Amino acid sequence: MHPTSTAGKFLLMFEAILIFVAVVSVILFIAGRLGGRRSDRWVAFAFLIPAVLMLLVGLLYPGIRTIFQSFFDADGNGFIGINNYKTIFTSSDQLVVLRNTVFWVVVTPFVATSIGLLYAILVDKSRFEAFAKALIFLPMAISFVGASIIWKFVYEYRPDQPGVKQIGLLNQVLVMLGGKPQNWLIDSPLNTFLLIVVMIWIQAGFAMTVLSAAIKAIPDDIIEAARLDGVTALGMFRFVTLPSIRPALVVVLTTIGIGVLKVFDIVRTATGGNFDTSVVANEFYSQSFRASNQGLGAALAVLLFILVVPIVAYNVRQMRASEAR
Amino acid sequence: MSLRLTGSRRALAAAGAFSVMLAVGACSSGGGTSTDTGGGNTSADCAPYTKFGDIKGKTISVFAGIVTPEDVLQKNSYKPFEDCTGAKVQYEADKTFEAQILVRAKAGNPPDIAILPQPGLLQQLVATGKVKEPPPEVVANVEKGWSPEWKTYGTVDGKFYAAPYGANVKSFVWYSPKEFQDKGLQPPKTLDELYQLSDKLAEGGRKPWCAGIGSGEATGWPVTDWMEDMMLRLNGPEEYDKWVKHDIPFNSAGPTAALDEAAKILKNDKYVNGGLGDVKSIASTTFQDGGLPILDGTCSLHRQASFYAANWPEGTKVAPDGDVFAFYLPGKTADDKPVLGGGEFIAAFADRPEVKAFQTYMASADWANAKGAQGGNVVSANKGFELSKCKCSEIDKLSVQLLQDPKTVFRFDGSDLMPAAIGSNAFWKQATSWITGQSTKQTVDNIEAAWPK
Repeated sequence: MHPTSTAGKFLLMFEAILIFVAVVSVILFIAGRLGGRRSDRWVAFAFLIPAVLMLLVGLLYPGIRTIFQSFFDADGNGFIGINNYKTIFTSSDQLVVLRNTVFWVVVTPFVATSIGLLYAILVDKSRFEAFAKALIFLPMAISFVGASIIWKFVYEYRPDQPGVKQIGLLNQVLVMLGGKPQNWLIDSPLNTFLLIVVMIWIQAGFAMTVLSAAIKAIPDDIIEAARLDGVTALGMFRFVTLPSIRPALVVVLTTIGIGVLKVFDIVRTATGGNFDTSVVANEFYSQSFRASNQGLGAALAVLLFILVVPIVAYNVRQMRASEAR
Repeated sequence: MSLRLTGSRRALAAAGAFSVMLAVGACSSGGGTSTDTGGGNTSADCAPYTKFGDIKGKTISVFAGIVTPEDVLQKNSYKPFEDCTGAKVQYEADKTFEAQILVRAKAGNPPDIAILPQPGLLQQLVATGKVKEPPPEVVANVEKGWSPEWKTYGTVDGKFYAAPYGANVKSFVWYSPKEFQDKGLQPPKTLDELYQLSDKLAEGGRKPWCAGIGSGEATGWPVTDWMEDMMLRLNGPEEYDKWVKHDIPFNSAGPTAALDEAAKILKNDKYVNGGLGDVKSIASTTFQDGGLPILDGTCSLHRQASFYAANWPEGTKVAPDGDVFAFYLPGKTADDKPVLGGGEFIAAFADRPEVKAFQTYMASADWANAKGAQGGNVVSANKGFELSKCKCSEIDKLSVQLLQDPKTVFRFDGSDLMPAAIGSNAFWKQATSWITGQSTKQTVDNIEAAWPK
């Protein structure tokens, strides 16, 4: 059923909630009946079953199917071996996609984290700390699509003709400084970096928040000891702050890194992947659903998966390490 | 994080809850059903509907890409059917219809009826095995109402599936009748006259043409229409058909010449881009904004389909004596009358009696006339469409006249007939690169290379 009316949608929602309650009750009931020696283990199993089932159905099965599909042609009927992967690494269109993805992954996490860290240190214990933090944190509350539309207006271009006024912030500033308006989102690879700015704008607040908390958690006695030893401001940062917040730093870097690999909304909203700005996640969508090339789409999804896995693994290890402290 | 953040966190949560409410509200306004079932309404003449039998209280689900505000006219045009038969039409629209309908068909959750904007999509849907063949009444209606080529657009591998629905004419050039009158100009009768006219308008360094091809991920499609129009004018309908079916390579002489012909205007910095910038600005201007400089007087000519009428701001008079109007993009000679156009098609995924009945109704001139009677955007290629009774706009009248003119050689938008990998991917992308500087040769070579083997 595909409910179209509001009432139908609410009904479906309540049905879903009821099913959820029913499933949980059944599990609780079973778990409650289990007793005797070693019952803890069985209770744990009972609680795990729904999660495992959902992971199997919702993650493992589609994951395996996608990998399977990536060896097939556009219709998903003919086996073509690794040809889709060959396309990704040889066709000029796809190489541009890979290049852009590299730009995104290399630039965004480091710049966003640096800005966040710098900001966190600068406003730490200042009089306007709360206000200053709120300012940089606010973009986090805006969706990627909303942020992209805002920045699209910043980059908006109007020609340099009599009677035509700029409506884009960047071009207006340029014109006021005596320059000529530029069509920012057209020229590659500059346009990719302009889109990266949007992501940094959003993510710097996240980096700032986490890192600021980590800085505040540095024990005062360490800081005092360093001060007594006569450390300079730079030395304090290099030898005290940085080592103390290292785990938090890694978590921030990797979390942004994962987010960046999956970036799709910004590219799709701002340029639609045109003018050589496409990235793997966007290309995966347009190949699968617009160009109807399921095989290539699946191969791109698998590539994305392969790229994300090491970062996720590293992230998890670091989080464990920081929790263990 | 310190305690100080809790305040903003609460604000965030409130904002989140608010946006959820907004989303629910948006859904409810988008997906409502059209009318209540008032079976046996006597206001309309119900005689033509008695043949459908008793389907009172039954529901037919329709899925389309026509969203607010145009969907109101769609829903209203189903009213005579609903009122007379007592059946209910549940209309649902989605902007990403083209992707969604495939997903739903493959997932086994298709609507009863889908309104397809491209014949190419029909081929993909038929390949899923879920499309039902229409009843003989629909075939009869189509054979009666449309010229034979329209039936072939709804045919896949020799089997007829989808009846034509709405139509639009793409071979139009928008202009300002007032400006033409002031300057003593006439709409051109041949392609050469069009260039002479452009030269005249370009005197004094003015850019007479304006264009925009931006359309989100579909950016580039207006260029495909340009190329198709030129293909028809330079090489004729037979070579056009071969080109669309890939019987001749995309980068053979004819198509290459056609794209070069489009370059005479689109990539000529003496002609473009009036009020919008240089040639490259065509790529960054949305197609909706592409013709608006005509109203400011910074541009004189804009080639775009009949449906562009909806893009003029409220209060603009679209008429032969108004602020803007369109003339037919002329052929090579005054006698040539190739017309490029598009249209929608109705495919069914169910063969219940009420679905068949609704399918038959939609394929009839009755439906076209019901839609015409309420005015708004309506163009039908149906021969039974009565223009005199239609409350349609001047531009729609001109479109229907062109479609019904016996001298007209109609051809369907080629990119909609090509495989999706070309028609909704490579062609768009390469056309966009072509505007931003890529050579014609490189462009046609790249598209040829992308054609699925």
